[in-house]
Amino acid sequence: MTGETTSHPAGAAAGADPGRGYTHIVRAQRISVSFGNIRALSDIDLAIGRNEIVGLIGDNGAGKSTLTKVLTGVLRPTSGRLFIRDQPIDWNQYSVRAAHRLRFETVYQEKSLGEKQPLWRNFFVGRQITNRWGFIKVREERRIADEILKRHIGFRGVGIDADSTVSQLSGGERQGIAIGRAMYFDSDLILLDEPTVALAVKEVQKVLDFVRSIKRSGRACIYIEHNLAHVHALADRLVVLDRGRIVADIPAGTMSLEELTRFLIGLHAPAGAAGAAQ
Amino acid sequence: MSDARAVPTALPPRHGGLWSRLARIEGLPIVVVFFVLVGAFVYFAPEVFLRWPIYFSFLTTIPPMLVLALGLTLVIAAGEIDLSFPSVLAFSGFLFAWTVRHTGLDWPAAALALAGGALVGAVNGVLVAVVGIPSIIVTIGTQFFWGGIAVVLSGGLSYSLQRLDHTLLAGIFTGNLFGVLPMQSLWAAALAVFVWFLLNRHRFGEHLLFIGDNREVARVAGINVRREVIKLFTLMGLFAGFGAILLTMENRNFFSTQGGGYLLPALAAVFIGGTSVFGGSGKVVGSFFGAYIIGMLDAGIVATGVAGFWVQVIVGIVFVVAVVFHLLMEHPGRFITIARFFRRSS
Ligand SMILES: Nc1ncnc2c1ncn2[C@@H]1O[C@H](COP(=O)(O)OP(=O)(O)OP(=O)(O)O)[C@@H](O)[C@H]1O
Ligand SMILES: [Mg+2]
Repeated sequence: MTGETTSHPAGAAAGADPGRGYTHIVRAQRISVSFGNIRALSDIDLAIGRNEIVGLIGDNGAGKSTLTKVLTGVLRPTSGRLFIRDQPIDWNQYSVRAAHRLRFETVYQEKSLGEKQPLWRNFFVGRQITNRWGFIKVREERRIADEILKRHIGFRGVGIDADSTVSQLSGGERQGIAIGRAMYFDSDLILLDEPTVALAVKEVQKVLDFVRSIKRSGRACIYIEHNLAHVHALADRLVVLDRGRIVADIPAGTMSLEELTRFLIGLHAPAGAAGAAQ
Repeated sequence: MSDARAVPTALPPRHGGLWSRLARIEGLPIVVVFFVLVGAFVYFAPEVFLRWPIYFSFLTTIPPMLVLALGLTLVIAAGEIDLSFPSVLAFSGFLFAWTVRHTGLDWPAAALALAGGALVGAVNGVLVAVVGIPSIIVTIGTQFFWGGIAVVLSGGLSYSLQRLDHTLLAGIFTGNLFGVLPMQSLWAAALAVFVWFLLNRHRFGEHLLFIGDNREVARVAGINVRREVIKLFTLMGLFAGFGAILLTMENRNFFSTQGGGYLLPALAAVFIGGTSVFGGSGKVVGSFFGAYIIGMLDAGIVATGVAGFWVQVIVGIVFVVAVVFHLLMEHPGRFITIARFFRRSS
């Protein structure tokens, strides 16, 4: 890491001071989200410890991405409460910016980069380095972006620099950019929504290493992944979402990969088959 | 590692290379087109184009359109469109003319015109961002509405504004510097510099670029899309109000349909300048030269002695050539695609 953690005017949203001691980095209480008639999340209760890697798994459409969006201030839930560092959050004050200030960082499943924009803009959009009039300090943003590219992402000598546009990059390189950005901002909670999609084996290993480094450095991570082998190996806990509900909360080491796989397949099978799987 | 990366020849090199370095200079194609055009005018009509008066007339008449094109550049960069600005030219122009004529208070009249423009813009912005109607539909509607209001309020009459002669306001905005340089051209140029910095160096401009690029990305990056879109349309209205003041003041006259002729030329100026209709990028330098090109063609072609009815044909040619030129500068790979297409079909 670069060592310099930008001083965040902390806790504007909740008075949750990132510096203090706390048990849970984030805790959701009876959170529900409806999109019209679709109930994407129902009464979600979920607490993430301050140094916990939580794997979030479940079928397509189970509500995993929706949950991350609620936690990171993109989406306001229909009902429910949120606690950050054990402090209650006022939804009216909660936003993506507030989440950034509270040191949450997200790599979204897709669409986390502006295609036509240069990388330096993509690194800092939403939290630009500006003077007091709101003008961007381009030289500084470029310099840091170049540094992130070299140091965190390892794009040395690949012909990619801070001025390259996202549309020039491959899918894996884009994912690398999004993750590198998360690494740079060095947060207390990192949410990864299918970060290994479209990555080659070597790049997948880099992401897994990154998740391990989150654990080592005492921070927390919510890791959404369809590849069960990856989450199973890394997570301290696996939370299974099914049609908007949490149906299982499995501590590491209590279920083998095979048992987990069978459990997930059994979820939607007729009752008899599910029983047989047990 | 780097040599393992096979770059298909149809793709531009990622950086370096003379071509891509040239392509990175903002507005270069359009500047080339501009000077070619001036060169052609000088060649065909030296007696007109080697003297100052024709340029003086361009610098007098083009600025209102340039101001509109600058606002539109921001709007289009954000992936939106505004077709209501001709009516703002009429509505704000009316507010200005009416106030000057009935009260003689020229500065408050100008402030009122700006406020009127901003109001129209803000209404557009709310309809687009909050109600969620696509901007092309909203602004077609508001274009009729405010244009109609201007006609109704003015009773369809035109106002002569000779009392603006010798006022400080008229001197500052539409006077002539040293008797040779129209002030409005300086204001429009200053505004162009401001808009360039706003779009390319300000947080607000970056937000517009991301909104135009991909709304969902903008949202998850923490941009308040709704608020920025309202600000954007308000600013566009403000610009149109300023254009209305320049136009009305220069002409010393207001008529209720005075914006009508600006719709397509102002849009053409933006697109000729290389701003993409798809949003996510805006070329302020391009719009600046684009506005002058569009504005010059009319008078310029007539001055060269070509019959007036050819004007639109030539405008069309210049437009298409400029747009293709931009495309090829940005995507050199298209050369190959185009060549292949013609080879196959012949
Ligand atoms: N903006 C939206 N409007 C309407 N419905 C939505 C919206 N976002 C998500 N949904 C619905 O909410 C449900 C949960 O979606 P979500 O994206 O959270 O699933 P997911 O678990 O991330 O799935 P995947 O593994 O495919 O990414 C789905 O039924 C989806 O159709
Ligand atoms: Mg998802």
